Amino acid sequence: MKILESAAVIITGIVFGLFLLGVQRKLVARVQRRYGPPIWQQFIDVAKLFSKSSISHGFVFDMGVMMALGGTIATLLFVPIGKLQVLSMSGDFIVVVYLMAVASLGMAMSAVNSGNPNASIGVMRALTQMFGYELPYLMVMMGMMFAYRTSSILGMAQVQQGGILNWNLFRVPIGAIVVFISMFGISGKKPFDTPIAPAEIASGPMVEYSGKFLGSLTLMHALVIFVDISIFVNVFLGGASNYWFFLLKVLAVFSLMVLISSVIPRFRVEQVVTFSWKWPLFFAVIQSVILVAMGVR
Amino acid sequence: MDRKMSPETRSALEKLADWFRARSIWMLHYCTGCGAVELPPSMTSRFDMERFGIGPMATPRQADVLLITGYLATKTLRRVIYTYEQMQTPKYVIGFGSCTINGGIYYDSYNVITRLDLYLPVDIYIAGCMPRPEAILTAFNKLREMIEKGEANGWKRYEENKEWYRANQLKALNGEVYVTR
Repeated sequence: MKILESAAVIITGIVFGLFLLGVQRKLVARVQRRYGPPIWQQFIDVAKLFSKSSISHGFVFDMGVMMALGGTIATLLFVPIGKLQVLSMSGDFIVVVYLMAVASLGMAMSAVNSGNPNASIGVMRALTQMFGYELPYLMVMMGMMFAYRTSSILGMAQVQQGGILNWNLFRVPIGAIVVFISMFGISGKKPFDTPIAPAEIASGPMVEYSGKFLGSLTLMHALVIFVDISIFVNVFLGGASNYWFFLLKVLAVFSLMVLISSVIPRFRVEQVVTFSWKWPLFFAVIQSVILVAMGVR
Repeated sequence: MDRKMSPETRSALEKLADWFRARSIWMLHYCTGCGAVELPPSMTSRFDMERFGIGPMATPRQADVLLITGYLATKTLRRVIYTYEQMQTPKYVIGFGSCTINGGIYYDSYNVITRLDLYLPVDIYIAGCMPRPEAILTAFNKLREMIEKGEANGWKRYEENKEWYRANQLKALNGEVYVTR
């Protein structure tokens, strides 16, 4: 039974994640008044990538890609999708944060092993940027864990039951905005896409990936986006009792992110950290103080 | 050199793969020639290449199509060969503008190659100086048909006739293709 559930969750993550990336390309095209590629374009791209030949740059290069993809799939199993959750325990939110880091470290290790200087610069930028957005994100989340006395994602979703006004989006509004901004960093969206800057450093860490490797990393990217937004939906938008309703909420949040990111330019790498530690961190501290001192109403 | 197309020997899996490859063409532009100026209008709002699944890529490892946009001096020919050999199969080459066909206005220049097909296997040429975005899109749609039918096999030709291509390259590059210095 657990195996079937895991398969369902992984297939949902991959298919819906790739669908989200297709929606992103279509939406950006419509914002730029273009017709845009078909919405299933991302599936065609991944299938093509797996059909091409690919070049490896050593054992660590291969293993890092597997570690990145495996780490993300492991993260996905902890995330409740509607009522579907494969692994759950108290404290699974902390496990999720830890496993997401494993995925980025796997990719960093693998990219640096390729020996391309552009990849090293990209990895350095990605890790610098992580300092920026992880701190406000974790500060808000820790404050909420303290206020609700629970550190499981499902528990966090369950305390918001009973009407839209019980959602954390309205109970913890400043924190919701901070986490929403940090999500742009986690999923590498426009103001925070310094690591993969195609015009500057030739797509950064991805520079030496070809064929199967690039396909695996595209799958990983789709899964990271899905996991990231699923956590937001569970923690701030009250989760969902229904599988389809949950996916609809994920789609709505993602579309909002794409519309915002399609009209703003990219930060320079030091601007990312300056911005994140100035505004999101400031509001995260305020929100945490409110949460710790007054609790949640 | 044998320019005949290889007979239909694709397996069902190859045919399926070619169907996907035809619908997702990632291009790498080699933009030392003036043809590069016609690419931004083809990619942006007015002509919108992306509706056919065609998009720009940053590195040769990720790309499927190498666009040679204009004339090639012998110095840049070396870099183009490096770039082409870094790309992963199946890979295609598009010769862009009349400079790649017969030298164009550089037909009598002392250090510009006049016929790209002698050095790299060109799958499709776009004539014009410079070709308009409509011509570029027509060429890409033609390439898409060729890939789907399995006719765009320049990369196989390159592997089969490597000595012939290498000899031509050496002649143009004064004796060595790879410079380690």
